[in-house]
Amino acid sequence: MSRAMTGAQIVLEALADQGVEHIFGYPGGAVLPIYDALFQQDRIKHILVRHEQGAVHAAEGYARSTGKVGVVLVTSGPGATNAVTGLTDALMDSIPVVCITGQVPTHLIGNDAFQECDTVGITRPCTKHNYLVKDVNQLSTVLHEAFYVARSGVPGRVVVDIPKDIQFAEGNYAGLSNSQHKSYRPAVKGDEAAVAAAVELMANAKRPIFYTGGGIINSGPLATERLRELVRLTGYPITSTLMGLGAYPASDKQWLGMLGMHGTYEANNAMHDCDVMICIGARFDDRITGRLDAFAPGSKKIHVDIDRSSINKNVHVDIPIVGDCAHVLDQMLAAWKAKNLKVDKPALKTWWDQIDTWRARKCLHYRKRDDVIMPQYAIERLYALTRDKDVYITTEVGQHQMWAAQFFHFDEPNRWMTSGGLGTMGYGIPAAVGVQMAHPDSLVIDIAGEASVQMTMQEMSTAVQYDLPIKIFILNNEYMGMVRQWQELLHGGRYSHSYSEALPDFVKLAEAYQAVGIRAEKPSELDDAIKEMLDTPKPVIFDCRVDKHANCFPMIPSGEAHNNMLMGDDLTGEDLEKAITEEGKVMV
Amino acid sequence: MAQPGSAYSLETKVQKPETHTMSVLVDNEPGVLARVIGLFSGRGYNIESLTVSETEHEAHLSRITIVTTGTPMVIEQIKNQLDRLVPIHSVTDLTVLGHPIERELAMVKVAGKGEKRVEALRLAEAFRAQVIDASTEHFVFEITGRQSKIEQFIVLMQPLGLVEVCRTGLAAIARGPEQM
Repeated sequence: MSRAMTGAQIVLEALADQGVEHIFGYPGGAVLPIYDALFQQDRIKHILVRHEQGAVHAAEGYARSTGKVGVVLVTSGPGATNAVTGLTDALMDSIPVVCITGQVPTHLIGNDAFQECDTVGITRPCTKHNYLVKDVNQLSTVLHEAFYVARSGVPGRVVVDIPKDIQFAEGNYAGLSNSQHKSYRPAVKGDEAAVAAAVELMANAKRPIFYTGGGIINSGPLATERLRELVRLTGYPITSTLMGLGAYPASDKQWLGMLGMHGTYEANNAMHDCDVMICIGARFDDRITGRLDAFAPGSKKIHVDIDRSSINKNVHVDIPIVGDCAHVLDQMLAAWKAKNLKVDKPALKTWWDQIDTWRARKCLHYRKRDDVIMPQYAIERLYALTRDKDVYITTEVGQHQMWAAQFFHFDEPNRWMTSGGLGTMGYGIPAAVGVQMAHPDSLVIDIAGEASVQMTMQEMSTAVQYDLPIKIFILNNEYMGMVRQWQELLHGGRYSHSYSEALPDFVKLAEAYQAVGIRAEKPSELDDAIKEMLDTPKPVIFDCRVDKHANCFPMIPSGEAHNNMLMGDDLTGEDLEKAITEEGKVMV
Repeated sequence: MAQPGSAYSLETKVQKPETHTMSVLVDNEPGVLARVIGLFSGRGYNIESLTVSETEHEAHLSRITIVTTGTPMVIEQIKNQLDRLVPIHSVTDLTVLGHPIERELAMVKVAGKGEKRVEALRLAEAFRAQVIDASTEHFVFEITGRQSKIEQFIVLMQPLGLVEVCRTGLAAIARGPEQM
């Protein structure tokens, strides 16, 4: 079934066989043969971005919102190095991306040729695996293997570096095969004994909590379904990391909100006081745990993760289960039912009563104002006015991202695209491009800050070129807000280089891109402006002028435990000064 | 002083470091050693000794023997991190399996005349080191054995005109009839 064709044709044939419909890329000398082959076919649609970093973020948005593998095509040298930030972002958040890079011809590799770089060397630490293809007859096998590796186990990013002469050379295309990979076979099913022990521990819990993460989303719709079933069956409270939002519906009464540094008071206190923690598809990241030696003291921990190296990395757990979330949740449900386990109802009642007292603290409360738009209010209104819409949210990184996580609520998975692990400013616009490409009829909004958004602003041009009506909702406070917040808390209010003294006029900027610009400056005009944005069938940049000094609370100050949160509504300047200890300041 | 906690976590418990010998079976393909070494340097692990050679020619498999030091938590991480590299077939902690057989080969160049030269040769015989190159002014000895034996031999050669030493690093295999 193998057929002779050029390397460039093999690339497209393999992509088509893998079910790829869209690729994000940017041409250049070393990938011209592939671009030539792309020109002569119509199965795969190419989206021309404006910067290679944008190509990877777009592929991430595409992958995260569909569950498919995102595909990127870039040239050698600067094409590959520009992609590195995106690849690292995908590494940290476990997003499946295959990135094809052109390389100088084989005989020039190592000669410091024009636009040459050691792509495989540079991307080794930021990929799950990478390949330099030096034989055209290996090309199809390598490409199919790349997709297998990208979507198996912890989803990941794989780079395939293809020298230009290999793209021209004629070779055999071997189709999809079902043969197993010779060494890489991650576990999917959890150990039955561990699952049995886990459900016993869960059933005997007095103060249980589910702590879930992006692994549930990565595992797919089945994992979400099973998680909801298990959480409802037990009646236990559930919280999630930034990456896991949407796996459990935010409108449900068992939902405590996000946990971690800017998580809710109830979620963090419940984590601190729990006696059994059921961690599924999350990795005890340092933004979650806060002070490690005070993290959920006195709790027994169950940890389900497909990546064995995530287990016992930061926090010692009592029952580790290595496996895919969907499979393990299935096993847990089966074991729970087979053993006919019952929860301790009186204990659970007491626990929920306690949680309700924390909830009553209303930690997300902020002071509304008539003269200026509070950023929290802007997101609340955006959420309220889009509730009946089929909406996908991307974000940049900073205060606006945390407010979006706190005030925009998600009832379904794959609706929330954000850069969690790497914290990449500039993620939002290109990710929105990718999401809109995958969901042309949906509403895609990038909740942005005016600083982040300028890092990849040029992708507006991409959105306009492909008629992608993405909405860039900028909370404009003229500061790098999160940097300013830390400077206020830790550095005596010395706002070193966190204020942008010159900013573009975002409305005019939108017009320059042939998009639509809208501005709102007063709370009274916000709703109408948002409605105007939603009714505009074109890309929009929305310049929402917000309070310049708002801080993101609640917050676990650095060096503190979960049950020692800073709240927003009752702080004076003096409280803020004292909030973080001298030792804590060193660590941020 | 009390340990300050932090958003970036400090090491709260300092465990005692242990030395472990691991045997790693990998595809013999370009870059595989760079992946293994990059993992160690990128995550701040120590490599005390590393040897690698193709051991199964038909399957193109190489065996890497790594001696590393770290706390039990770090050792577990090293194993798990190695295990998730795509071209790695298996990772075996030989130290956990129980005293593995460990050998190293060294070539030791000693230059000298007269009584020192005679003494060097006499000691070499005692250590079962072989002379693999010689002139009237020097010997090159080949010595195989446990690391402690080689260390000892080198120390003895020091006052007798030691010029330079080349060592292979440790090769190790588990005891008993089973395959790793």
